[in-house]
Amino acid sequence: MSTPAITADPDPAHPVHPAAAPPAMRQRQWSVLLRGTLRQWRARIGLTIFVFMVIVALGGPLIAPDSPDQFVTAPNSPPSSQALFGGDSLGRDVWSRFLHGGSSVLGMSVSATLLGVGLGLVVGLTAAYIGGIADEVLMRIADVFMAFPQIVLALLLLAAFGPSVPLIILIVGLSHAPRVARVIRGASLQVVERDFVKAAEAVGESRSRIIFGELLPNVTSPLLVELGLRLTYSIGLIASINFLGVGLQPPKADWGLMIQENRLAVTVQPWGVLLPVLAIALLTIGTNLLTDGFARAAIGIDRGE
Amino acid sequence: MSRFLLRRILLGLLTLLLVSIVVFAATQALPGNAARAILGRNATPARLAALTQQLHLDRSVFAQYFSWLGHILTGNLGISAATQQPVSQLISGRILNSGFLVLVSAIIAIPLSIALGVWMAVSRDKPADHILSTVTLALAALPEFVIGIALVLLLATNVSHVFPAVSIIPPGEHAWNALNVVILPAATLIIAVTPYIARIMRASMVEVLESDYVTMARLKGLPNRTVIWRHAVPNAIVPAIQVSALQLAYMAGGVVVVEYVFNFPGIGSALVDAVGNRDVPEVQALAIIIAAVYVVVNVVADVLTIVVTPRLRTAGR
Repeated sequence: MSTPAITADPDPAHPVHPAAAPPAMRQRQWSVLLRGTLRQWRARIGLTIFVFMVIVALGGPLIAPDSPDQFVTAPNSPPSSQALFGGDSLGRDVWSRFLHGGSSVLGMSVSATLLGVGLGLVVGLTAAYIGGIADEVLMRIADVFMAFPQIVLALLLLAAFGPSVPLIILIVGLSHAPRVARVIRGASLQVVERDFVKAAEAVGESRSRIIFGELLPNVTSPLLVELGLRLTYSIGLIASINFLGVGLQPPKADWGLMIQENRLAVTVQPWGVLLPVLAIALLTIGTNLLTDGFARAAIGIDRGE
Repeated sequence: MSRFLLRRILLGLLTLLLVSIVVFAATQALPGNAARAILGRNATPARLAALTQQLHLDRSVFAQYFSWLGHILTGNLGISAATQQPVSQLISGRILNSGFLVLVSAIIAIPLSIALGVWMAVSRDKPADHILSTVTLALAALPEFVIGIALVLLLATNVSHVFPAVSIIPPGEHAWNALNVVILPAATLIIAVTPYIARIMRASMVEVLESDYVTMARLKGLPNRTVIWRHAVPNAIVPAIQVSALQLAYMAGGVVVVEYVFNFPGIGSALVDAVGNRDVPEVQALAIIIAAVYVVVNVVADVLTIVVTPRLRTAGR
């Protein structure tokens, strides 16, 4: 869409207020969405699991009995009085390493999600509003990056640049961005043609104000769903990268890396694999149940079931 | 329709060309990147120079790209930097193994998940539907390696020893001659993709079951089985076909982690090994192959959608 041809002053008798929705109503949108989400038992279970795992990941280091790098027992030793869940392949305390190993997964996943959804949001809104060639070019670029499975793109770039935390966050975030941009673009296209956007253009609001002041508040629901969905995928992708051994490097205590380090000894000492596998499973399941709650609340299915 | 087809195929080719630029740029075009990446930090200048010449890194970036692209297009995938063998020779058997794994998984997963979706829709809001909906939602969240390791813990090590934990296939053998090693990797992929297809099928089926023509069919007194399988399913299946094709494309990436978990000799585990060895020619070849499969399957998905949707089929004329 090009700049509007309307240059005349808006009719003073009918002042055109460009706001999409008054602030009070916007707030209600959020609270309606959240209340609709929490009315579903599955979403409540999801939220409980998610909060519990966040507490484990962030609070774990505070209650860990040993340092994650200290050798406290024999390699692959079974649970004993020195080590609640036994020793890992090098004789470090599995329980302590587990409690220290969640913050990296969570921190990297949340960062990558915020980066990817933020970038995708800006690109999607811009493409929808400006339209034309810019839209076409942005979406074709998105297509190219979507032509790689996310894990392959990650492997390709990690092979070229070597593993580092900022790079992993960047890769995972960037691989989400085109997928988010498509969804947000689709949702905004319906809003762009609505009257209040035309009105905002008519009174000469700047492009960025229209994009962030008028379009953004109207894509709240898909945005929230994307945040949850991308967080689920980020956790899985980052845990996979570390599990494959191309991400965080030893001796870092990290759930993905722990599974990789202890999986050869799984028959004699299953705890080193079992604890982090359970933790990643719970974290992703909790996030996904909550996201499903957002999605159902957004389309108005909020019966308690 | 043929115009749409042509446009979609051309767009697919353009995407592949851009993909090749991305692969090349990431692995080779960055100055000093490739040779040093392969040899590591303490490489001698002599070895660096030799490898630079072998990979033609001394020529201009454009010359390098076009000669590399020309080689790839003519099937010359280069020489592995790690083993000094032709890449095509290293990976041809693995491509067949991975293809077999994905094919077996898809043949089981697609009908299974469509049947599950129909069952969930038919028993809508009954306990079976609630349980299956929650289980599929939970399974859809799990990373493939978590599913794979859970299967190893349950079926190959501590709880029971039904299947081998690692997929050892003798060199020169093909996966289809060693079926028991395919079972766990295939099961992992099936569990990973089934929830998505089943949930889409359920949603689509629920909508169709509420439509007038299904009510009409019931009022005519047709048996329930006929109403469901002859009247409802054919109309509800389009989104499931679409998402099945997307899941097939997704498996091209999914095999990477799954093969690594089970040490299955396919292109996925080869890619992880090549990344570990910093074997640039092999990484380039494998990334291109996987991206090509992904692009082709997506084009096929789009075309299939048009073919199975009469409304869209006539729209382009």
